[in-house]
Amino acid sequence: MTESDADSVVEPGAEPVPASSDRATERNIAVSLVVSTLAALGLAMVYIGGGQAQAEGALLMVALGGLGVAVILWARLLVPGPEITDERGETGSPAEDAEAVEQNIEETLDDAPGEMGRRSVLRLFWVALGSLGLAALFPIRSLGPSPGRTLLTTAWKEGLRLIDQEGRLVRVDTLVVGGTLTVFPEGAEKAADAQAVLVRVAPGLIRPRPGREDWAPEGNIAYSKVCTHVGCPVGLYQEDSHELVCPCHQSTFDVLDGARPRFGPATRALPQLALDVDRDGFLVARGDFDQPVGPGFWNLG
Amino acid sequence: MIKGTMRWLDDRLGTSSFTRKAMDKVFPDHWSFMIGEIAMYCLVILIVTGVYLTFFFVPASREVHYEGPYAPLKGVAMSAAFASTLDISFGVRSGLVMRQMHHWAALVFVAALVVHMCRVFFTGGFRRPRELNWLIGVTLLILSIANGFFGYSLLDDLLSGTGVRVAYSIALSVPVAGEWLAFLFFGGEFPNTEFITRFFVLHVLLLPALIVGLLTAHLAILWRQKHTQFKGPGRTETNIVGSRLWPSYTLKSIGLFLLVTAVLAGLAGLAQINPVWLYGPYDPAQAAAATTGSQPDWYVGWLDGALRIMPAWEFRGLGHTVANPFFPGMLLPGLTFVGLYLWPFVERRFTKDTAAHNLLDRPRDAPVRTALGAATLAFYGILTVAGGNDVLAAMFGVAPETITNMFRVLVFVLPMSVFFVTRSACRSLKGTNAHPTEGVVGHHLRRTAVGSYEEA
Repeated sequence: MTESDADSVVEPGAEPVPASSDRATERNIAVSLVVSTLAALGLAMVYIGGGQAQAEGALLMVALGGLGVAVILWARLLVPGPEITDERGETGSPAEDAEAVEQNIEETLDDAPGEMGRRSVLRLFWVALGSLGLAALFPIRSLGPSPGRTLLTTAWKEGLRLIDQEGRLVRVDTLVVGGTLTVFPEGAEKAADAQAVLVRVAPGLIRPRPGREDWAPEGNIAYSKVCTHVGCPVGLYQEDSHELVCPCHQSTFDVLDGARPRFGPATRALPQLALDVDRDGFLVARGDFDQPVGPGFWNLG
Repeated sequence: MIKGTMRWLDDRLGTSSFTRKAMDKVFPDHWSFMIGEIAMYCLVILIVTGVYLTFFFVPASREVHYEGPYAPLKGVAMSAAFASTLDISFGVRSGLVMRQMHHWAALVFVAALVVHMCRVFFTGGFRRPRELNWLIGVTLLILSIANGFFGYSLLDDLLSGTGVRVAYSIALSVPVAGEWLAFLFFGGEFPNTEFITRFFVLHVLLLPALIVGLLTAHLAILWRQKHTQFKGPGRTETNIVGSRLWPSYTLKSIGLFLLVTAVLAGLAGLAQINPVWLYGPYDPAQAAAATTGSQPDWYVGWLDGALRIMPAWEFRGLGHTVANPFFPGMLLPGLTFVGLYLWPFVERRFTKDTAAHNLLDRPRDAPVRTALGAATLAFYGILTVAGGNDVLAAMFGVAPETITNMFRVLVFVLPMSVFFVTRSACRSLKGTNAHPTEGVVGHHLRRTAVGSYEEA
């Protein structure tokens, strides 16, 4: 051990601090401590008086700061700072210790008795340990349900009426052209994966893909509101460009062109919800979305 | 009384011999060795304020209707977690200061970790014999970022809920196992009623225990190996120059603790942070208004930026999909941290330098290392700034597309330029003896009687 006093050297040339500066420092310490005490008492008063966040924070800062300054000044006062040089010494152990440890462990392992011999016993030990580790993994399965088909389907079914977030039914003329509304399937207004954004555009503008010509009665067109990038609600509708924009990462989807992505990190179009109008003029779904909703995953296909 | 206590303890534990040696232990005085301490003291504040907050926070997702003093949200349906956060902010006396101090301490904590890591990196402090502490340090950084994210997510406000949504989607994107991974970790399809309780246990129990445990190991190793030190007169590989643990270093360190806490308290009182009552409770169908121009806490900004500027590519084929967020959300952080873990060994491979080092490099002494570090910082810096592309677009009146495309170029061009500029700067500085803070080092000349000059 080389950390004893004998090995330390006080560097020459460390000047003793003059006495007058000592007195000034002492005075500064006293002032800091008084300020700190006053702030601490003030802090208690503020609390008693009902509390006030700004005052509490500021007073706590002054109380702690005063104390901190005092301690640092004290350090200067007590220790007029000569630099100390100390030897590091060796980190590694003496060779005989290292050898003794290695030998001891090896001998113990070599000593494993029995007719099967050390290797087989050792192998069995690892097999047992591995099996135990494997068995211990199973409770992890309890942490969540099986994904199953959860990610592939939503609550939408043929004939289900559209409702808004307040539970009101949506008619074919609820929205004016240019309007948007977040809709859910009737009876499942909490189903986050079923949320859709209903937009009304002038009917002639839509360029439907083949087979989708009658999915948007009177210009009412609905897409999944879950962004296909990382699932934020695609909430911004820019009426002049007919684009839906995701506010999280700026993926932009063309409402007139099957919500194909125009910009941003999203790679897939927003799934479309085929709409129809029932006898009473309410909008209904023709079925589930045409694609699984939300961000991509391995088994999406 | 001190004497009595010391004797009593020594009699039972034999502590005095150790204490005597410990008090004489020498610590280097350079300011840059304090950054890690700042991180440690932030952790102390995090634990103290965090314990206080757990007395009031309700980690449950059951729906309640808010009936507290904050009028704008009266009667609004929200999770018990969010309601209790409002209570801490408005109902519990001194609760808001504690909450804000906790949040600020977390922000400063991770910042101090990163700066501390930069100090160690740029001075070569990770070289033999200190590789172990580098590995522990990288692990501490990962755990701290993760724990910051879990804590941020607990509040179940509109912003944090959106963040959890993104994290879930990233988990989902992992090839082969993504669906199971997301369902097991988050407790089913998001949004669900499981994750708050789960994150709470991770945030207040598991990760803090790991962090404190690893920090203890970090410090024990530091104690055993002793600090590194900068080159200078009288400093060698075999000695250590500085001040003693007692009283000089102890007092300074206590002072630093008090001042760090003072700054955090000032921030907690005077600088509003994460005003969740303005965002409102999480609602999976609502984001537009509140999340436009919303950024996560700074230390995950680089991930958000990477998600934003990633081009719309993904892999689809053979009946399977490797979705777009996997690349910026999983692969990038994976490579980042693997790269950090491996750096000491990679460098040793290239430099063939297997010697033990107690004397630190100045950054210029290793131009390639320094240039790589600076380029890496530039890369993550650009990603972080790109996380605010919507804000920048609005600020400069440019289309978000333009800004995003600009970042897609900058994220490669800037780090490369930084690399070459830094490397050449280091190489030319290496030749001179100039020191940025100690002025220009020159030669003293003396004019002789005959009018010629000679070196003094």
